[in-house]
Amino acid sequence: MSTHEDVLSSENLPHEPEKATLEGKNKFLGFWFFLGGETVLFASLFGTYLALRNSFGNAEGTPTQELFGLELVFIMTVILLTSSLTSVYAMYHMKNHDFKKMMVWLAITVILGASFLGLEVYEFNHYVHEYGHTFTSHAFGSAFYALVGFHGAHVAFGLCWILALMFRNAKRGLNLYNAPKFYIASLYWHFIDVVWVFIFTVVYLMGKVG
Amino acid sequence: MAKDTNSNQYQDQFYKQKHKEEMKYQVITFAMMIAFTIIAFGLVAGPFSKLFVVPVILVLAGVQVLFQLYYFMHMNQKGHEMPAIMIYSGIFAAVLTILALTTITWI
Repeated sequence: MSTHEDVLSSENLPHEPEKATLEGKNKFLGFWFFLGGETVLFASLFGTYLALRNSFGNAEGTPTQELFGLELVFIMTVILLTSSLTSVYAMYHMKNHDFKKMMVWLAITVILGASFLGLEVYEFNHYVHEYGHTFTSHAFGSAFYALVGFHGAHVAFGLCWILALMFRNAKRGLNLYNAPKFYIASLYWHFIDVVWVFIFTVVYLMGKVG
Repeated sequence: MAKDTNSNQYQDQFYKQKHKEEMKYQVITFAMMIAFTIIAFGLVAGPFSKLFVVPVILVLAGVQVLFQLYYFMHMNQKGHEMPAIMIYSGIFAAVLTILALTTITWI
C-alpha cells in the first residue's frame, strides 16, 4: 500500500503515472467533464458570431472578406498546431518517466503558445487601427472579439498554467503527485487547439469566402 | 514500492516500445492535420464556388478535431468511456446551441 511519502517521492513510477492514484483518476474524469462544458460555452459564442457576422447596424464597418488576411491566420494555425504536437512529445516523455525531456518540450510548447498570442495581439491591433474594427463599433465587432478574444484568453491562461506547473515542480522531479497535473494541463492545451480549428475555419476561412 | 525489479525491467522495455509506436501515429496525425489545414486554406484562396468550399472546409475541420481528440488527447486508448460521454454530450448541446442561435434568436 502506498503512503503519502511514496506519492511525493516515488522512485519507481508505475505505468501511466497520471492515472495511478485515485486523485489522478478523479482529475482526469473531472477535467473531461469540464471540457464538455467548455464545448457548449464556445458553441454559444460561435452561434452568436455566425448569427451576427454580417450585422453592422447603422455603423460603418468592413465586411469579413476585406477585413481578414489569410497569411497571418495560416501562420498562427501552424504555430498552434505545432505546439499541440510538442505537448504530445512532453506527455510521451512523461510516460517514459523522463522529467528533463518533458520540461524541455513543455518549454517549447510555451514559446510557441506565446508567439501565437503575440501574433493575435498584433492582429487585433491592426484591425482596430487600420479598419476601426473594435469591440463596440457594431454587433459583428462584439461577436468577433468575444469569440476570438475568449479563445486568446484561454491561450494566455494555458500559458500561465503550464509555466506555474514548470516552476513549482522544477526541483521536485516527476512523481505521482504532479504527473496528473501535467497531463491535465496538456489536455487543456489540446482543447485550445480544437477550438482554434473551428475558429480558423468558421471565422476566417468562411469569412473570406463570404 | 520496488517489488519485482527483474520483471519490471521487461515491462519498462515493453511500455517504452509501446509509447514509441503511439508516438509514430501521433506524428502521422500531425502531418495529416497540417495537410488538411493547407488544403482548407488552398480551397479558400483558389477559384472555387462558395457552395463547394464551405461544406468541404467544415468537414476537414471536423476530421481534424477527431484526430486531435482521438490521437493527441488519447481518446483511442482504453478507459476513455467517460471522457467520450462527456465530450459527446458537450458536442450534442453545442450543436443545439449553434442551431438555435443562428436560426431563431436573431431572426
